[in-house]
Amino acid sequence: MTAAAVFFYLFACILVASAFMVIASKNPVHSVLYLILAFVNASGLFVMMGAEFLAMILVVVYVGAVAVLFLFVVMMLDVDFAELKHGALQYLPVGMLIGGIFLAELVMVLGSWAIGPGVPSAITAPIPTNVTNTEAIGLVLYTRYVYFFEVAGMILLVAMIGAIVLTLHHKARVKRQSISAQNARTPQMAMKVAKVRTGQGLGSNEISSKDAGEAA
Amino acid sequence: MDFFWTTLWPLIIILGQSLLLLVILLVGIAYILLADRKIWAAVQMRRGPNVVGPWGLLQSFADLLKFVVKEPVIPAGSNKGVFLLAPLVTCVLALAAWAVVPVSAGWVIANINVGVLYIFAVSSLMVYGVIMAGWASNSKYPFLAALRSAAQMVSYEVSIGFVIITVLLCAGSLNLSKIVEAQNGPYGMLSWYWLPLFPMFVVFFISALAETNRPPFDLVEAESELVAGFMVEYGSSPYMMFMLGEYVAIATMCAMGTILFLGGWLPPVPYAPFTWVPGVIWFVLKALFIFFGFAMAKAIVPRYRYDQLMRLGWKVFLPLSLAMVVIVAGVLQYGHLATAAMK
Amino acid sequence: MSALLQDYLPLVIFIAVALVIGLALLVAPFIVAFQQPDPEKLSAYECGFNSFDDARMKFDVRFYLVAILFIIFDLEVSFLFPWAVTFHQVGAFGFWAMMLFLGVLTIGFIYEWKKGALEWD
Repeated sequence: MTAAAVFFYLFACILVASAFMVIASKNPVHSVLYLILAFVNASGLFVMMGAEFLAMILVVVYVGAVAVLFLFVVMMLDVDFAELKHGALQYLPVGMLIGGIFLAELVMVLGSWAIGPGVPSAITAPIPTNVTNTEAIGLVLYTRYVYFFEVAGMILLVAMIGAIVLTLHHKARVKRQSISAQNARTPQMAMKVAKVRTGQGLGSNEISSKDAGEAA
Repeated sequence: MDFFWTTLWPLIIILGQSLLLLVILLVGIAYILLADRKIWAAVQMRRGPNVVGPWGLLQSFADLLKFVVKEPVIPAGSNKGVFLLAPLVTCVLALAAWAVVPVSAGWVIANINVGVLYIFAVSSLMVYGVIMAGWASNSKYPFLAALRSAAQMVSYEVSIGFVIITVLLCAGSLNLSKIVEAQNGPYGMLSWYWLPLFPMFVVFFISALAETNRPPFDLVEAESELVAGFMVEYGSSPYMMFMLGEYVAIATMCAMGTILFLGGWLPPVPYAPFTWVPGVIWFVLKALFIFFGFAMAKAIVPRYRYDQLMRLGWKVFLPLSLAMVVIVAGVLQYGHLATAAMK
Repeated sequence: MSALLQDYLPLVIFIAVALVIGLALLVAPFIVAFQQPDPEKLSAYECGFNSFDDARMKFDVRFYLVAILFIIFDLEVSFLFPWAVTFHQVGAFGFWAMMLFLGVLTIGFIYEWKKGALEWD
């Protein structure tokens, strides 16, 4: 029993336990916190497999960004989750169906090793041994898998546009600051200097562009 | 006996190194805190802390003692577990980043291949302390401040990411030691990355201020509107742990700036008297130089308004750093064509 | 244990030591400090008033938008990391592949700028 095995079982046990707590805990915020714990342990398992780049990206993207959004939603949306759970049983058939399809797909993916042992090596690039993990990904991602890479860019674009279309509603009558317009203002545009004769006051007709021109 | 020397002894060595670095770091933080207050005071022509110890040198330790013997208050309406977890997360994550910081050639606890990414990941997790504290307090000011602070921290993280990418393009490695070695050139401080990537150095410095919630971006604890921000309900040592985490994060950002742009432990002039000085001293001096910038910014720059802050992050720094990534990559890819054309 | 894992062992130990220090600081006042809670002391701070209503309230959808946009740009940065490291190996093809990727995302960025998603009001 080496230290590596100890760490593997440690990460794996915490991962499974916290994944269970995600669905078992009453408070949705605690669920998300357990989800974060699960992500961190999964990243530990990635390191155990030598995939250090993926481990760090898992933390940066899922824990640092996606889980923040989840937390925003469950913490701040103030949804009554007890009420939501009340009618949850009626969705059971649909949930079972989706779960069944998912399970079947997982079995097919895992079963491909048994059905055709050559399949995984035929469809994937060989793992290079003499470069670091990050370089190995970089060497194939932008050359061999360039179409997938560009498709990922397209998906991100769709996500960006979709998020804006769904969530952006401008409030009416909000005053905004246009900094470029402010900086572009000159004294000529902003003010006029008028000569005021004693005792006569400043009539509106006396402020002419001629005065402004003289002041400049 | 053989088991002891092959397995346990290295572990004890690592444990000792970790403890040593953490103790030095925490004592250093105590004096950085004091320096921050002293610089701030000096700019405003005040004395600053000068009572505890000679020139107030023991002030931070007196503060530590005071915080520890204060009564810890956990609000009745709070979510107690998360309430206490938040300062722990902030403090431990901030300290954890230092495991991969090379303070001199080979002087690093964990020399991992993806060091930059690790620090980036840890600093992206710092937002959790804020959100958890704001939510668990179950009070209005912490809640509003946590929202603001979270949005602010994530906004500036994007530009820090792009800044790191430009440095990586030049250095070609994610290992922090290799990034420093890549800056080792015949011209000393002129071959460090601050000169060719100067706009990125400025973007990094200002983003680091925003990322660590330092003035002029300390909207989190804008005391005139949100009292003490997300820490309103905290007192005693949980509060101190937030402050500690904040200052350790500042120290991490200074170390990052030193490694990415100021050549880490390399001497500024690569000739005789300068090369005799140990690398760790150069490292500390450079990090302190950046920290002096942090302290001066706190003392002389007025606080930003929230919409200006978001505008600066998303509309100025993000396009600027994205454009710099493209420009740096283009120069590295096709720069030789331009030099060939000139000949 | 492989060389890679040996690099990570100190990291785990360092974090464990940091955790011990953090925990020690956190529990210290609960052991040494004087404690006498009362209902007023434990109530939520609201500038001297009693709390008007629950602090868990709905807030502007703009914060969600910032979080979503952050996820997208964070992913963009993640894609840039391996590219920056292998910049010289993948050559001009890799360079233009990334320029296309960045170009597509810049279209999205211009769209959100024009739509005013980056305005804060």
